[in-house]
Amino acid sequence: MTLPEGPPIRLGALDPQFSREIKKLAGTDFHACLQCRSCSGGCPFSDHMDYMPNGVMRLVQLGLKQEALSCNTIWICVGCHTCSIQCPMAIDIPGVMDALREKALAENIEAIEPDILAFHREVLHSIARYGRTHKLEIMLRYKLKKRDLFSDLDVGLRMLAKRKLDLSPSRITDLEAIEKVFRP
Amino acid sequence: MNAAGRSAPIEVSYFPGCSLATTAKENNQSLIESCARLGIRLIEIPDWNCCGSSSAHSISHRLAFDLACRNLALAPAGRPLITACPSCTLRLKHAQHLLRHDPEARRRYESLWGRPYDPDLHVRHFFGLLVEIDWRSRIGNGEIAALDLTFAPYYGCMLNRPAPLRPSSDHHGIMERVLGDLGMRSVLWASSTQCCGTFLTVARPDIVTPKVNAILQNAADSGAECVVTACAMCHMNLEVRCTLKAPIPIFHFSELIALAFGSARRDWFSRHLIDPRPLLRRKGLAE
Ligand code: SF4
Ligand code: SF4
Repeated sequence: MTLPEGPPIRLGALDPQFSREIKKLAGTDFHACLQCRSCSGGCPFSDHMDYMPNGVMRLVQLGLKQEALSCNTIWICVGCHTCSIQCPMAIDIPGVMDALREKALAENIEAIEPDILAFHREVLHSIARYGRTHKLEIMLRYKLKKRDLFSDLDVGLRMLAKRKLDLSPSRITDLEAIEKVFRP
Repeated sequence: MNAAGRSAPIEVSYFPGCSLATTAKENNQSLIESCARLGIRLIEIPDWNCCGSSSAHSISHRLAFDLACRNLALAPAGRPLITACPSCTLRLKHAQHLLRHDPEARRRYESLWGRPYDPDLHVRHFFGLLVEIDWRSRIGNGEIAALDLTFAPYYGCMLNRPAPLRPSSDHHGIMERVLGDLGMRSVLWASSTQCCGTFLTVARPDIVTPKVNAILQNAADSGAECVVTACAMCHMNLEVRCTLKAPIPIFHFSELIALAFGSARRDWFSRHLIDPRPLLRRKGLAE
């Protein structure tokens, strides 16, 4: 088996300030990365990523801001920590992905996986509204926005038939507390 | 032990999380039933909120921190806080980690929730409690049905943690030990700790379906009659995204404990998308 490879990393405009910022936000020292590629070998979703996880570590080390913020890797990563458990330098790799996603949004960089972002936004919308996630509404709103009500309809109906999707939300009483949390 | 031959009851705070409160009610009910039999009282945290799930930390670390913290702030002092979902566990523990190490995080907590954080609050997954208690001696005198089932223990990503949050001993093997005590046989298989795909199931089912099929096929090829999950999210993904013709059924870990204790309810198994009842009937475990 060959290890997956991402696109070549070319030195362009290096931004050390960006490195520092991501390091602070992620709370982990990716400069310790020695490019062993264990993370990429173990990542279950590397087939669907452009840069491999080790490549992303290299991008942030070097401060290649544009490349790091516009790769699809940060959106595909699910935070399963299969990589960090294998990393010999104990780097919190998904923590770096989290920081990059947040930074990409702050800089209004268009998400390469808009559906994944749309899904996250619907989940947060639900939490803001009820304090908990209301799965049926999340799915319906997500599908409506995508103008695609029909793919997955069979799955939705099977879940409804099995009473897996509640029609009304489970909600908390103190919604003011949640409002406080969502205030910018 | 008290006069009735049972160990003293244990009272713990309980954080069920959204999945167990809704899509995986059977997971929640079976956990509560199993705990009751073990003399563990799960006291639900009043008015708990979503831990932020995968989505909050995916796009806002501050939101993820605040949502987790409200739950920590609601947990009464003096009792451990037991979680049922591996992902909620990680969210709550991550917030605690920040509170311990970052004075700014502590200031935010105090200003939002009007009290200092409780450094002694012990947040742990149900498995952590299970490894600690002498669970056999807590069952009491009631009958235990031997479960004649061969299973593939599926931990998904629950045993993976970032380095600062790794426990001194992990819970690998707990399902094998406990279900082994109940008469079940585990298989050794390659997908035990493969990620189920989590939230990609919604936006990228094209990625998740082949993963899920490979996991379930692998389990069947290893000689398992069923898969047992530690996480409600894994359970849902395996059931919802599987497109195999005749997949083996998938149980929540807690359902099987309750089944052995004789407190399983029929409507748990009818909620499964992959019907486990034919297997249970064949084994004399259901009418
Ligand atoms: S956390 Fe992300 S990068 Fe790491 S193995 Fe999981 S999906 Fe891959
Ligand atoms: S496993 Fe760790 S050290 Fe190895 S390439 Fe990945 S991040 Fe770098």
